[in-house]
Amino acid sequence: MASAKPRVKVPSSASKDEVITIKTLISHTMESGVRKDKEGNVIPRKIINTFTAEFNGAKVFEANIEPAISANPYFEFSMRVPESGTIKFTWVDDDGSVYSEEKTIEVN
Amino acid sequence: MSLTRRETLILGIGAAALATAGLRSSPVLAAAEDTQAMIMEFTGGKEPESGRITLNAPEIAENGNTVPISVSVDSPMTADDYVEQVIVLAEGNPNPGVVVFAFSPLSGSADASTRMRLAKTQNVVAVAKMKDGSVFMDKREVKVTIGGCGG
Repeated sequence: MASAKPRVKVPSSASKDEVITIKTLISHTMESGVRKDKEGNVIPRKIINTFTAEFNGAKVFEANIEPAISANPYFEFSMRVPESGTIKFTWVDDDGSVYSEEKTIEVN
Repeated sequence: MSLTRRETLILGIGAAALATAGLRSSPVLAAAEDTQAMIMEFTGGKEPESGRITLNAPEIAENGNTVPISVSVDSPMTADDYVEQVIVLAEGNPNPGVVVFAFSPLSGSADASTRMRLAKTQNVVAVAKMKDGSVFMDKREVKVTIGGCGG
């Protein structure tokens, strides 16, 4: 797929040390490398192999992904919010492309 | 005992069928062994205990292309005691590896959900590795109506 579009759902505010749920999705075909085309040639593997979430530079969550993850990979995970800041989401493609998205969260 | 032409033919078909069945079953066994080997590699040779980790997966998945799964590990998630990693494996896929989740004390709670592919009815295994090195495992069988690996 030419353009991988990331989508992220994060609450805009939270109370201090509240554990929030983050949902992420990125559009990607996640070609597994085991399928064959009509001529019987193996379609080369092309997947998102790593997903990471960082809060103010500190790692929160990471997923090392194999071809067994479905197309348009979806991840839902938790985060404790110690202070206001920025959450950075990064997806790494097999071809070296990096897709990223940032969200800010306020502690009130 | 002398065989007629017909009997020879039947014997031949039987032998061929047996050979095919043998070939079919071997990759499955190999995958189960691979899964076991990957668990051992992940845990550093430790036999995982049951408990603390819960793997949620549907009993029946109509479409093997997107099977929702979630893992949840019982842990305080403090700097001294948290879940480092959770590996998810599928015994009956061409490659058993599915995903490795890495958590941190900032995770708050060790929960993660995703959607995975399942080639056929099989066991899905999740193993959690704690900060102190202990390992826990949960396993669930998912029945798949339509496989998710194309072909």
